[in-house]
Amino acid sequence: MTAEILYSIRNLDVEYDTRIGGVRAVDDLSLDIYKGEIIGLVGESGCGKSTLGKAMMRTISSPGHIVGGELWFEGVDLMTLSEKEMSSIRGNRVGMVFQDPMTSLNPLMKISDHLTEAIRTHYPKMSEAAARARAVEMVKDLGIREERIDDYPHQFSGGMRQRIMIALVLALNAALIIADEPTTALDVIVEAQFLDLLRDLREEFELTILLITHNIGVVAELADRVAVMYAGKVAEVAPVEPAFLDTKHPYSRGLLRSVPNIDVDNQELYKMTGAPPNLIAPPSGCRFHPRCPYAVDLCTDDEPRLLDVSGDGHLASCWIYSDALHRPMDPEHV
Amino acid sequence: MSDLDPLVRFDHVEKFFPVPTGLIKGLRSKEDRPAVRAVDDVSFDLHRGEVLGLAGESGSGKSTVGRLALRLLDPTGGTVIFDGTDLATLKSEEMRRTRSRMQVVFQDPLASLNPRMTIGQTVEHPAKIHLTELSAKQRRDEVYDIFSAVGLDPPKYYYDKYPHQISGGQRQRVVIARGLITRPDLIVLDEPIAMADVSVQALLLDLMMRLKDEFDLTYLFITHDLATTKYLCDRIAIMYLGKIVEIGTLREVFTNPQHPYTRALLAAVPVPDPRHRRTEPLPQGEIPNPISPPKGCHFHPRCPIAQEGVCDVERPQLLPFVGESDHSVSCHLRTGAHQDLDPKRHTG
Repeated sequence: MTAEILYSIRNLDVEYDTRIGGVRAVDDLSLDIYKGEIIGLVGESGCGKSTLGKAMMRTISSPGHIVGGELWFEGVDLMTLSEKEMSSIRGNRVGMVFQDPMTSLNPLMKISDHLTEAIRTHYPKMSEAAARARAVEMVKDLGIREERIDDYPHQFSGGMRQRIMIALVLALNAALIIADEPTTALDVIVEAQFLDLLRDLREEFELTILLITHNIGVVAELADRVAVMYAGKVAEVAPVEPAFLDTKHPYSRGLLRSVPNIDVDNQELYKMTGAPPNLIAPPSGCRFHPRCPYAVDLCTDDEPRLLDVSGDGHLASCWIYSDALHRPMDPEHV
Repeated sequence: MSDLDPLVRFDHVEKFFPVPTGLIKGLRSKEDRPAVRAVDDVSFDLHRGEVLGLAGESGSGKSTVGRLALRLLDPTGGTVIFDGTDLATLKSEEMRRTRSRMQVVFQDPLASLNPRMTIGQTVEHPAKIHLTELSAKQRRDEVYDIFSAVGLDPPKYYYDKYPHQISGGQRQRVVIARGLITRPDLIVLDEPIAMADVSVQALLLDLMMRLKDEFDLTYLFITHDLATTKYLCDRIAIMYLGKIVEIGTLREVFTNPQHPYTRALLAAVPVPDPRHRRTEPLPQGEIPNPISPPKGCHFHPRCPIAQEGVCDVERPQLLPFVGESDHSVSCHLRTGAHQDLDPKRHTG
């Protein structure tokens, strides 16, 4: 992997105001995204993964707001930009793909108009006809028949709409794609087709993709690296193989082992106790300690930091790997 | 398995939903009017004490089958038999009594619960209607027992909670508890864990498995997620465009899938192991419009082994696969008169 960092999140804090106080949905979070990688961001509902995706584009809307931190992208801290400068980055340099493409497409515009508009935004000197020819090429590349290009979004199936979303992002030549649950609304075969398409496209266009999803299987199929979030923080970051096969953080272990695997016979699903914490009053120390089978006093008192625990870029935020408390996990237990 | 006394039997069941048309088209005879063939000639038995999975993509008709089994919908054709009785023949009072023996759990527990009732009242409500012989105290004790059984412990603490005060996983436990209070024979589980987080899914699957034994239940488990069927189902039926294309024991269908669609569906399931590589090619395109499904075999335009002149002409029947009485397939190249056309048969 090239070690060139494309987007660096530094100590990001995002809060939502509520009647009973601020909920810190993303708390002192740092994460680097490397150029050309697909990084999967997984976690359960309410862990802050979608908030993080929005914060990276500075599209958090009230009652939420970014409280602090830096967002470094292509040599600029996006937090220092004006709203106008930011809006030229959005869509242009960073593209977003959401779960429901219908909310991102204008129902009154033909597919061809969406595409030519995007192409001509990026190449203002291109003629209408040339842009249309380019759009036709693109939809054909994405496996959509040419004659469908003058259809309206509602005439497309969910899978085809999601392909158009990708086409729009590609047309703009965005450096980073943030895809928030892009396959969640798709059926399993269409999902697999879409994942294949993404895999091909990233080869062809050297895309960098942040793939936000609750679907652990999708991450295993597509991602180069995996980041696991829990209660507004990153619990673990690792290349995909060690993330799945040599999982370090007790939460990630529990999470990955509670996913049914169709290929494994008589798989015992891990049953995690308790529920994610209320972020209005998160637990002291490590936020996972009330549910952690390894928790000791230290975990209640002090918050662990996200550290390289193996010397090769496998980060985990757990006291087990600190010298103060060096205790290997019992593989039988989790 | 004996077919003599199934709990539920679908006998050539059809359910067509008419498509709204203009006035002129509406004047055409009934047969000519366009309709979505949501369930199209479906037959199967659900045996007592078993879990039958019903899997397929959106629009395959699997949820409609569930609603027909509960007589939340009346079939357009064919019969749905529950415990020996054709549901369509039951008068409303008889149907009300029968309904206490069949329950349903839907995907979204919040939509299934009344926000103004405590979860205790919610679970007690069906008992007031169906278990009239019980005193108020006995009813309350019954609710506490069921709460313990579904893991809402301590029951007295949870009785007075409202749906918004508990987690999504606990809400689904409440819905299950409400289903159990009348001690039903059948529970239709329609995507019961689709909205839950993975760690909660594992807990709910475990709970449903336990309750099945404890309460002697029969489940019809409707899902789009094949991986979860492994934890619950004895048999599985795969649906495509309103038809069952393959049915058999879970082991048989998963280890020896015969229908090209079943094979594609199994291959497409994302596997939580980065070493995994897909072995089966994916079918092209997406599910066709159910108002005008393809002629012949519905799957032929996407099928990698479809044979011209047969698969695009004749509708295949769901027939037992060679030597497997409990494994049936609806594919010309696997059962019936055209098996010799199968390219795989000749290449070995």
